[in-house]
Amino acid sequence: MAKDDNTPFAIRNYEAETLRKALRKMYLIRFFEEGAEDSYMRGLIHGTMHLSIGQEASAVASCLSLTDEDKITSTHRGHGHCIGKGAEVGRMFAEFFGKEEGYCHGRGGSMHIADVTKGNLGANGIVGGGIPIAVGAALTAKQLGTGAVTVCFFGDGANNEGAFHEALNMATVWQLPVVFVCENNKYGMSTSTERSTAVKNISERAAAYRMPGRTVDGNDFSAVAEAVSEAVDRARRGEGPSLVENLTYRWRGHSKSDRNRYRTKEEIDAWIARDPILRFRDELMAHGIIDVDAAEGIEAAARQEVEEGIAFAKGGTAPSVTEVTRYVHAEARP
Amino acid sequence: MNAPTRHPEVQSRELSYAEAIREAMGLALARDERVILMGEDIGVYGGAFQVTGDLVERFGPDRVRDTPISELGGAGVAVGAALTGLRPIFEFQFSDFATLAMEQIVNQAAKMRYMLGGEASVPVVFRMPSGSGTGAAAQHSQSFEAWFGHVPGLKVVQPSTPEDAKGLLLAALEDPDPVVIFEHKLLYKMKGHVPEGWYTTPIGKAAVRRTGRDLTIVASAIMVHRALAAAETLAAEGIDVEVIDLRSVRPIDRETIIASVRKTGRLICVYEGVRTLGVGAEISAMIAESDAFDYLDAPILRLGGAEAPIPYNPDLEKAAVPQTPDIETAARRLVRKEV
Ligand SMILES: Cc1ncc(C[n+]2csc(CCOP(=O)(O)OP(=O)(O)O)c2C)c(N)n1
Ligand SMILES: [Mg+2]
Repeated sequence: MAKDDNTPFAIRNYEAETLRKALRKMYLIRFFEEGAEDSYMRGLIHGTMHLSIGQEASAVASCLSLTDEDKITSTHRGHGHCIGKGAEVGRMFAEFFGKEEGYCHGRGGSMHIADVTKGNLGANGIVGGGIPIAVGAALTAKQLGTGAVTVCFFGDGANNEGAFHEALNMATVWQLPVVFVCENNKYGMSTSTERSTAVKNISERAAAYRMPGRTVDGNDFSAVAEAVSEAVDRARRGEGPSLVENLTYRWRGHSKSDRNRYRTKEEIDAWIARDPILRFRDELMAHGIIDVDAAEGIEAAARQEVEEGIAFAKGGTAPSVTEVTRYVHAEARP
Repeated sequence: MNAPTRHPEVQSRELSYAEAIREAMGLALARDERVILMGEDIGVYGGAFQVTGDLVERFGPDRVRDTPISELGGAGVAVGAALTGLRPIFEFQFSDFATLAMEQIVNQAAKMRYMLGGEASVPVVFRMPSGSGTGAAAQHSQSFEAWFGHVPGLKVVQPSTPEDAKGLLLAALEDPDPVVIFEHKLLYKMKGHVPEGWYTTPIGKAAVRRTGRDLTIVASAIMVHRALAAAETLAAEGIDVEVIDLRSVRPIDRETIIASVRKTGRLICVYEGVRTLGVGAEISAMIAESDAFDYLDAPILRLGGAEAPIPYNPDLEKAAVPQTPDIETAARRLVRKEV
């Protein structure tokens, strides 16, 4: 902790290059999702998707101190987590376009993107579905002594599933290296936390499972980085699980079928004014990590990467319809 | 489509399948204060598929009650409320999420009357948007009729028309025992004649949607429409198909199916659930065990879902469940004795 106390945590503790990459990833998430939305509107991809635009700081900062050995479990709103954990946007787009080059060879789509080689155990179509799985990954790490930590992303709505409560209890009872990261964007679909959840802050749930719980400004990159990396360090030291709640907001509707009847334009605008990307960019500029030119360069490079990713996906290969039952079971090895 | 339960004295007009279900729920809420709706985002959002729509505006949030995202707890609360005097209609956002609530549906609701020696009643209705075709992939596209049909104590229905969607829901509400309704997502926008007012479609009765001499096709939900489309094409080729809309998986209408097979001597079962150990196996066995077996001129065929989860890619997704041309091909092979 060299620099003075007013310097944000991330800037005190991470190399300039790491911070520039983090900003680039946040832009990548934004442009990836805008590109996906646009492709959907133009009828190039089908199904539905859940955009995390507005939540980029939470995704990237929570993954900041993780290595490729560390694991994450993600959610239906998972594109940010994917990119945060190092996924390539080209292969993500290829999945959206249903191509063999996609992360799931076109079988999974938006809600199932995973990259097991980079420790991303996958998005999930089931709310709360990833939470016990994260605890299982942490059990593996402890049992085999790999030193890996698992970061488990979930939404505020998921904290009312039984799986959440059962999983947190086991994580403490067995002192497992897992960090539960709740992205509280105020709503599970249309239902506000006030109407769905008995406690004010989701972090209060931690007390029932005897683990530390913290609520931070999820649109403040440094605040998230500090809370999650401390929890990751704690888990790595063998001191057990933690719960971090990132307060954030999704700018878009829940999915493609949302008429936004449960929230006001004023509320949405107030959160758009707290754009986590601009805040982080300005912070990096204020501390001399980047100047205006560098910031623009990072943004332009991310834009270009997304363009190239879409082109790559469009040129991909369609799966053969004779292979509908492929991947149901392990294939016999020659 | 020639619906068998026409009520000539009653006015009918065109409604969508979703509107017909909403109308049934509105009638029930207005008629009986014990009726409540429960589910995720069924209030101001109007339901994931806009089935509950504006009902919260008409009946208020205590009777159109948004639950937290808690399927096991929510379904269980509905069971407990049904046991003690309410008439809950519980909406799962997708039938897939009923897997989180299996405990309360299968261990509790289905068995309560029996375990308690007939002393208890659980008049709960579970509504389940079901099936593939929307690009929502493996965890949002499943067809679980056979799963629930395997549980004594449950009744399981699959409306294929707006008229039946309303009539079966009202029948389910009047039923003293738990009823599971599979609503096919691709049918929600389908329009059809729906009688006004309160009427019920009997649970356990199939409907003959088209009469024919050469071949019986028993189909359910969206497959009824694919079978009818195939029947048109086949008619032009001189193959006269009888199409039976199963409507109810438990109980199954033995009489209607057996009588039809006796007449045609050929049977194809078409359903969206995974082919193996599915509804078609039950119907095939039923025929094999009945005197209709003696009338068979050809083996029984089953067309069902592939032995795989539902894939995301649209072409794979289509290939994973029976389509109209698959039905036509199967019918030709059967009638021309190519199997
Ligand atoms: C078990 C289950 N129930 C319901 C759904 C439908 N659903 C998908 S996302 C969602 C809201 C989730 O809210 P939250 O956990 O807060 O995440 P957010 O969407 O806000 O990111 C719902 C109800 C689901 N996918 N799985
Ligand atoms: Mg939320």
